[in-house]
Amino acid sequence: MAVSKRIVLHFPKRMVDRPIVCRLVKDYDLEFNILKASITPEKEGLMILELSGEQGEYDKGIRYLTKSGVEIQSLSQDVLRNEERCTHCGACITICPTGAFELDPITRWVNFHDEKCLACGLCIKACPPRAMEVHF
Amino acid sequence: MAKTIAEINEKIKQGKAVVVTAEEIIGIAKEKGIKKAAQEVDVVTTGTFGPMCSSGAYLNIGHSKPRIKLGGGRAYLNDVPAYTGLAAADIFIGSNALPDDDPRNKIHPGEFNYGGGHVIEELVAGKDIRLVATAYGTDCYPRKRLETWINIKDLNEVVLFNIRNAYQNYNVAANTSDRTIYTYMGVLRADLGNINFCSAGQLSPLLNDPYYKTIGIGTKIFLGGGIGFVAWHGTQHNPNVPRTENGVPTRGAGALCVIGDLKQMSPKWLVGTSMLGYGCTITVGIGVPIPILSEEILRYTTVTDAEIFSAIVDYSDAYPNLKPDILGEVSYAQLKSGKVTLQGREVPTASLSSYPRAVEIANTLKEWILSGKLLLTEPVAPLPGVESGITFKPLNERPIEE
Repeated sequence: MAVSKRIVLHFPKRMVDRPIVCRLVKDYDLEFNILKASITPEKEGLMILELSGEQGEYDKGIRYLTKSGVEIQSLSQDVLRNEERCTHCGACITICPTGAFELDPITRWVNFHDEKCLACGLCIKACPPRAMEVHF
Repeated sequence: MAKTIAEINEKIKQGKAVVVTAEEIIGIAKEKGIKKAAQEVDVVTTGTFGPMCSSGAYLNIGHSKPRIKLGGGRAYLNDVPAYTGLAAADIFIGSNALPDDDPRNKIHPGEFNYGGGHVIEELVAGKDIRLVATAYGTDCYPRKRLETWINIKDLNEVVLFNIRNAYQNYNVAANTSDRTIYTYMGVLRADLGNINFCSAGQLSPLLNDPYYKTIGIGTKIFLGGGIGFVAWHGTQHNPNVPRTENGVPTRGAGALCVIGDLKQMSPKWLVGTSMLGYGCTITVGIGVPIPILSEEILRYTTVTDAEIFSAIVDYSDAYPNLKPDILGEVSYAQLKSGKVTLQGREVPTASLSSYPRAVEIANTLKEWILSGKLLLTEPVAPLPGVESGITFKPLNERPIEE
């Protein structure tokens, strides 16, 4: 069975210069799409990947990453909406490239579908009351 | 059938008044007809909740011992500069004010995470605010420096005073250039990537009273979650714009100057706001009750989004360069559908003003009136109407030659 998941990888300082992701392709036949990658001033690495392949190989690939010392988080929890600050204006709707915000045509409340969110971060600063928060 | 405000107030006191929102009246009038609806309904409530930049608050902080004269000195609230051109203990904080060390647009687009609007939100939320002030010292006001926490509950007057709010209609913003632009109308993507608008449309106060027949100076309103008043017409008030057959302006037109005691307002309805690449502002909640004094006034309140039009303005050229050109006209019903066809293309739309929160304001105002918490007021003077001849003048620049 094929799976496709979006995950956040945290690389500790000692691993930033090691080729990790290419092993996922070579050894486990997984496809990846890098959605975001950065190295902080403390030299910790962060990468958001969309990873797909056969379930068995996917699980082995994840085990390999974990054993190598990479910390893995699933993505959907990483961009959150602060419900107290959101005014439901809708400014985010046309900003989001994946259509994760959707306007209810009757009530005009703005719904946030976090399963569609790629954590690109565009909404964070475009939100006028700053209700969108990113947590890595 | 003409009613008076005094008669409506009498009904409110007896618990017999019929109050509906500007959204509800549309269906009621359709079902019962204008004449019957005007007989039965006493008040229509409106609401709007959007960023309103010309907003601010004045504070009287009380006198320190020894005294300090803030007037002519400098004062900061949480590092945001307040205006000190008033007497010793009075300062004014404007929603667009920024800390001196905010990088602004040095790295474009600037984030503008904290400014005057956020100070007002924190003040009204009852949070302690850091006041730092310097003065030059006089014989009667010897002190030169003040650093203290202040809290709204300890201050004398704390008054929200917004010189232009609740715009009657507004530009719809688009961008025809080849780069993303960052405006007070939000982030506008290149090549007509999106269209932003900012009005509550059929619920908006002045769109329901297009000729200012009931809303005037002294009108008691919902302001920032408390009770406020219309103090004057807003700056740039411009009744002489094109209007549709039913009187509704098709451009930004009238505006309100409003005032109220900040101590009875709520941070839910005064939200510090950041416009990426533009600056700080505040999102303000305003609701105005419209007394149904005649069939004509009732008819105005039945306006729907499909009957309210505005101009699409190019914020990459026409707006910054003060050109009158527009890209087209569009109704709020079209804008609220989520997409508009412009230059043969489907362009997605988004709002900067919150419609569900505008509905909540109109409903809150309705409850206040039904419970007798808010009685209607007779305006002490009307807002300038079409007959005033007022127009919105551009700056007549006269270069100064030394």
